[in-house]
This record gives sequence, C-alpha cells and structure tokens, in this order.
Amino acid sequence: MAEHSHPTPKLYAVILLCLVAGTVLTFFAATWDMGIFNPIVALAIACTKATLVILFFMHVRYSTRLTMLTVAAGFFWLLILITLSLSDYLSRTLQFLR
Amino acid sequence: MSTSQTTTTEHHPALAHHFDSMAQQQDASTFGMWVFLLTEIMMFGGLFAAYLIYRIKYYEAFVAGSTSISVTWGFANTLVLIGSSFTMAMAVWAAQKGKRKAQVWFLIGTMVLGAAFLGVKAKEYYDKYDECHIPGHVIGKGFNTWGGCELSNPKLGNIADEIRERYPDTPEVSAIQTAKHTEIFFSFYFAMTGLHAFHMIIGLGLLTWLLLRAKRGEFGPEYYTPVELGGLYWHFVDIAWIYLFPLLYLINRIHAKP
Repeated sequence: MAEHSHPTPKLYAVILLCLVAGTVLTFFAATWDMGIFNPIVALAIACTKATLVILFFMHVRYSTRLTMLTVAAGFFWLLILITLSLSDYLSRTLQFLR
Repeated sequence: MSTSQTTTTEHHPALAHHFDSMAQQQDASTFGMWVFLLTEIMMFGGLFAAYLIYRIKYYEAFVAGSTSISVTWGFANTLVLIGSSFTMAMAVWAAQKGKRKAQVWFLIGTMVLGAAFLGVKAKEYYDKYDECHIPGHVIGKGFNTWGGCELSNPKLGNIADEIRERYPDTPEVSAIQTAKHTEIFFSFYFAMTGLHAFHMIIGLGLLTWLLLRAKRGEFGPEYYTPVELGGLYWHFVDIAWIYLFPLLYLINRIHAKP
C-alpha cells in the first residue's frame, strides 16, 4: 500500500486510556448483579477493547483489504466455533443443564 | 515480461528479489503474520469454547473458583499488559519514524512490563500452590479445597467453607461437592493462563531479538517489518488476556470484599 498513514502517539494514548477505562468498567460491572447479563456485558466490553487493539495498535484500520478480510475471517470462524458448540450443548442433552 | 529484468537501480538491502517494492514485501509479510495469528485464534478458541461449555454446566463451582483468585493482582496485571501493548505500538511508531533511541527504549519498556506481568503470574501461581488449588495430585500436596490442605490452618484455600459462609442454607455435602468441582475451573485456569504465559515468554524472546537488531540500527522508515510483525504478535497476546481477565477473574464478584 502506498500511503501508510499510521496513527500518531496522541491517538495511541487515547486508545490506551480507553483500554484502561474498559478494564475499570469491566471490574465494576462484575460487582453489580445483572443476572444473565453479567457475562454478556463482560464479553461486550472485552470485544470492544479487542476491537480497539486490532484496529489501531495492530493497524488493521490502515491495512490492505486483504488483511482486513483475513482478520474478519478469523473472528468469524471463532464465532462459528462458539455459537454452534454452545447451541449443540445447550439444546441436545436436557440433562446437561439439569 | 517473460525475460528477467535486471535493473541497476539501488534497492534496500532488506528487499527480497521476488518482491517489486518494500511496500509489497511488507503487505505480504503482514498477510502471512495474520494467517499465523488465525491459527493462534483457533488454538485459544478451542480452549474458550470448552471453558464456556463447562462454565455453564458447573456454574457454581466456576464462581467459587473464580472468587478464590486475587482480582487485585489480575486487575493490576491487565493494566501492565495493556501498558506494554501501548509501548509496543510506540516502538513500531518510533521505528517507522526513524527514531532509533526512542525505538530501543520503547522495546525495553515493553520487555520490562512483559516481565512484570510474568512475575505477578508466578506469584499468583505460587499462591494457588500454597492453597493446594493445583489440579491433580502431581504438583504440591494434591488438589484440595475442602479443608484438607494445611491441617494446622484449615482456613487456607478452603472453598467449601467459603461457600457455606456465603450461602448458609447450603448443605455441607453439596458445598463439598461444589468445592470438588472447582478442580475443573482450576484446570481451565492453569491451561489458559499457562498457554498465555508461554506466549508471553516467546514474546520476550522475540523482543530480545528485535532489541538487538534495533540497537544495530537495522530498522528505519524504509524497513521496519520485523518490529511491526513482532508488535502484531504482542498485541494478539494482549487480546487473549483481555478475554481471559473477565472470564477467569470476574465470573461473579457481587460479593467481592474490597
């Protein structure tokens, strides 16, 4: 790619602050009883933090389309693994959840 | 063109002959690195999927096991690792801008933070060893969470007691049963954080190699691909921990004592 317009230290510092804020937020979310939403909120925060790292620290936002597609394929595969495994275990054997 | 072209134009010594330009070479390297990282996602992903299935099945035991690990150290370590990702990103930036001194210092900073993370991890593992929370019967005195670890101090690592304290209605038998099931949680805890720590150790090795090359002044605006790819690896390990921290330390901290 011709223009490698990588982020500036200022942007990196902002991302760092967002990641620290996310870590603090995920701790306080865990001390608050939200029932079924506890793991969902925890994973949502983790996914947001991971996305920030991937897009800016790992420069995917500034990469070629091929790289973007590769990254997306990897996480899509992970989604298939987790969704299909869980839907199987949660629906197949009633005794599993008891 | 079918005939091979020999150009007399000077090119960067790091440019391999089968690439047209430095940019093309870096794009190819980045793509290759990401393909490798996808296999890493598959390896960690298998563990995460297994973890989720057992967490649903043995939820109470997972909560009890998760509560027994120190959230303070886990929290501190998360900040350390996020900080190391920042210094790594800055090292790549410095390499790209041709700031050689800054690049070396950012690499050293990343290594110091990485080593600090591993030090805290070692301390946490030692605490678990002390409390007899290491699964199986090979390391230490064998797995025990119902008061048989240190007969002189039955409080040490006694998860069954903690469950009864928190839920006074729980019958003793079922509290001991739940405490026994925490062995599954600790198996996942050690497998996942162990695989992660192993990646950190490899990362420190990579950083040492990058540091030596950076000191020789091999990287600059024209060529910094190894720093960039080392950065990708380091950030990937950071992402794995971003998921491990809430999944292992923060399953349920509603009763957390500050």
